Amino acid sequence: MDSKNSTKPKHIGVIGVGSFGAVIANILAAKNPVMVYARKQEVVDEINTSHTAQGKTLSENVIASTDPEELCRSCDVLFFMIPSAGFQEVVRTFSPFLFPYHLIIHGTKGLCLNLKPGENIETVKKIKRSQILTMSEVILEETVAVRVGCLAGPNLSKELAQGQPAATVIASKYNEVILEGQSLLRSEKFQVYGNSDIIGVEISGVLKNIIAIASGALAGLGLGENAKGLLISRGMVEMIHLGNALGGSIKSVMGLAGIGDLVTTCNSIHSRNYTVGYRLAKGDSLDTILADMDEVAEGINTVRIIKAFLETADLRAPITENLYRVLFEDLEIEAALHFLMKYPFNVDVDFV
Amino acid sequence: MEEKYIKHKYEPIHPSKDEWPVVKLARERKEFVKKVADLSEDRILNLTSNNPDILKEELETTLYREKLRIKQNPWVVDPDDDGSFWSGVKSSLVQISTENGRSKVKKLQEYKAVLNQITARYAEEIASNFKATHYKFTRSVVTYGFSRLLNAARVKGFRSIFSKKYSLQDKIQITGETDQLRDLATKGTVVMVPTHFSNLDSILIGWVISVLGLPPFIYGAGLNLFNISIFAYFMNSLGAYKVDRRKKNLMYLETLKTYSKEAIQFGCHSLFFPGGTRSRSGMIESKLKLGLLSTAIEAQRANFENGINDISGKIFIVPVTINYHFVLEAPSLIRDHLSITGQERYYKENDEFSNSYKISKFLIKFFTKGSDISVSVGKAMDVLGNYVDKEGRSLDKKGRMINTRDYFVSEGKVSIDNQREEEYTNMLGKRIVEEFHKINRVFNSHLVAFVAFEMIKKQNRKLDLFDLLRLPEEDISIPYEDFKASCQLVLDRINELKTQGLINTAPHLSLDMDEIIKHGIENVGMYHAKRPIVQDEKGEIGTDDMSLLYFYHNRLTGYGLEKLY
Repeated sequence: MDSKNSTKPKHIGVIGVGSFGAVIANILAAKNPVMVYARKQEVVDEINTSHTAQGKTLSENVIASTDPEELCRSCDVLFFMIPSAGFQEVVRTFSPFLFPYHLIIHGTKGLCLNLKPGENIETVKKIKRSQILTMSEVILEETVAVRVGCLAGPNLSKELAQGQPAATVIASKYNEVILEGQSLLRSEKFQVYGNSDIIGVEISGVLKNIIAIASGALAGLGLGENAKGLLISRGMVEMIHLGNALGGSIKSVMGLAGIGDLVTTCNSIHSRNYTVGYRLAKGDSLDTILADMDEVAEGINTVRIIKAFLETADLRAPITENLYRVLFEDLEIEAALHFLMKYPFNVDVDFV
Repeated sequence: MEEKYIKHKYEPIHPSKDEWPVVKLARERKEFVKKVADLSEDRILNLTSNNPDILKEELETTLYREKLRIKQNPWVVDPDDDGSFWSGVKSSLVQISTENGRSKVKKLQEYKAVLNQITARYAEEIASNFKATHYKFTRSVVTYGFSRLLNAARVKGFRSIFSKKYSLQDKIQITGETDQLRDLATKGTVVMVPTHFSNLDSILIGWVISVLGLPPFIYGAGLNLFNISIFAYFMNSLGAYKVDRRKKNLMYLETLKTYSKEAIQFGCHSLFFPGGTRSRSGMIESKLKLGLLSTAIEAQRANFENGINDISGKIFIVPVTINYHFVLEAPSLIRDHLSITGQERYYKENDEFSNSYKISKFLIKFFTKGSDISVSVGKAMDVLGNYVDKEGRSLDKKGRMINTRDYFVSEGKVSIDNQREEEYTNMLGKRIVEEFHKINRVFNSHLVAFVAFEMIKKQNRKLDLFDLLRLPEEDISIPYEDFKASCQLVLDRINELKTQGLINTAPHLSLDMDEIIKHGIENVGMYHAKRPIVQDEKGEIGTDDMSLLYFYHNRLTGYGLEKLY
């Protein structure tokens, strides 16, 4: 592999052109040439000829390719912006072309499972921490890249696309990854913070999706702001305890990726997770809701994984547990709410 | 019981000792020490951001601690002028700070001069006094002396003392990737990282290195060992440099790191005990001292920076485990461990190896009775913990060739990033611990100690560790048949782990279970006055010393075997 200094500036790679991937590609393209990866040839052709990806406008500075090798060769820094369900597979296709000099930042708020062949979440039922992988752990496991970071925070794609002001956090054990991410992304409209607790930030982004579904459900039931305040505050406590059990620090939950993102998602009709909860409360079944969505609501899978994790952890997480029963065991939302209102949360704050 | 090990006769990899890096280093000792002193000075100036006020504070802290050390904890090896040197430093510091009218630049220069005195003194103190002639002499004394003792003990009859039937290699089995180690030592620079249970380890490893035909490795030995004259002689002739654990000030630590890094860059094969000190609990080290390990990574990066991209500039990390039935210092180690875990407090170093007589007595016991030792050499890795192939090229988990240089590259160039290298050091530490567990060889004595302790623990579920260790020994008894069944259970699990490559076993573990238990009980902690495991006339298993049993049991922690109980 030759990494000789070529005079041509390197591209920044973006893998995945979903709504968030497209927005990030555009932000990056303001400063550097960008190369995006898409699996389908027609998507690539669309980007290269008309600078749009399934309706989303892309900067002229963005080119596309279906070839992982070309991306890895042209880019030193890669942003993985793909749903957690396909994450492992995509990372594996890139793995043969990645080298230790690559910097990888991902923006996926989901979890993967590390199970033996033939096992799945239906068969194992109980999951230990060692069987759960955050996205950065997937990258470290599957590739030789070590300088890995993640991108999380209150970043609704629609608002970012409109150029509204926002902030994000880049978390990595490596200062250089944070600095690189900041210099690539920061603009007048986009503030970028750093955090060294990558697991804590990833977990915060993942767990907030659970609370977002619950928040949608409250809205769907026609409940007001008091109920929402209650949910956000109790949801945060639950995130802190779960986050701790999964290896993150309390501080990260308090930050942009935790509370910041939680408040945004719990108030936003743009959020897919919120929509799931909202429609559930309106009486739709999970299957019909999923059939209507064109992108994944990560929260559903997260609820399932965290429920299985709770079986092995010495911990109660009432919101998650009841949401699981609503989603997968046909518990009525009203019954779940009733249960939560009676749940003995005596102490307001028990984590500091 | 006799086991079949292949006894190799290894030819030296560098026939002429003039080619040994350590000899070259000894020849240039004076220049090298000066270089270390100057580079350490630069590092410290860098750390204090060239600010005279911060530098002054560091100097004063160092002075204060050194004065305290001289007063409270003096050792025989300390140089006679220790007191006067630090008094000199004190008066220089007083002079610089009291006299007015100095500019900042002038002050910095004066502080720098004091700093250089200190680093020069430390560098000189740390540097080894290797002499090739002493090395050869020591090696032949050790080998000859030990094999005479051994033969006297094992071969019957008057002439036994001259018998050549047994050599040291019957006593100490070397297994694992020895050929790779020899091969890589001719091509690049090797950093060997062994587990550390006993003070004997230093000598043992020194002997292993010479049996393998490798040139001497340099290594940091605790200065306390130089208090004992026999050890001092051995250490010096084995190329040891001195590490003084009493000195924890910035200047000392930086000088020490610089010494290690420069020696590796010079091409000297090195040896670190990454646990830092002997394992007090008897567990395989799970947290490593990363200070010296980081110098291997720094040296590797520096080689890349200097454009040495071929194998001659490559640094290989080779983990080694040393397995004993018996650790002489076990009683005091475990006592220390328990008092530290009980509460964090200062404890004094207390060694069975406190005088030459005790050591000689131990050595005679060791060689005349059957307590075998095995040394397993692990696969070589690069400084990021990737395995390397025959040609020393790094391979990723899928066997693809990768370039170690890439880890240090940012925007196409090798760059210095201390924070990055700190993380790399953590990663390497984790990898070494993983490898330790994989190459660890289970002995029958480890098995019986583990099972006995876990069974006693199970019988007394309600007690915490400290109460458990205080159980009256006469109350403890395990029926033999239960014990045997339990040993089988654990051994089956160990064999399962072995097929997954997560642990290794000594060949004697394939014997019949009754045999394993019999030899295990005979072997475990065999020379202690109080035996960790005893068997009464009915065959029931008990112990004379719970703490010792705990120590020997700990060797098998870290594999999840406790879960079988």
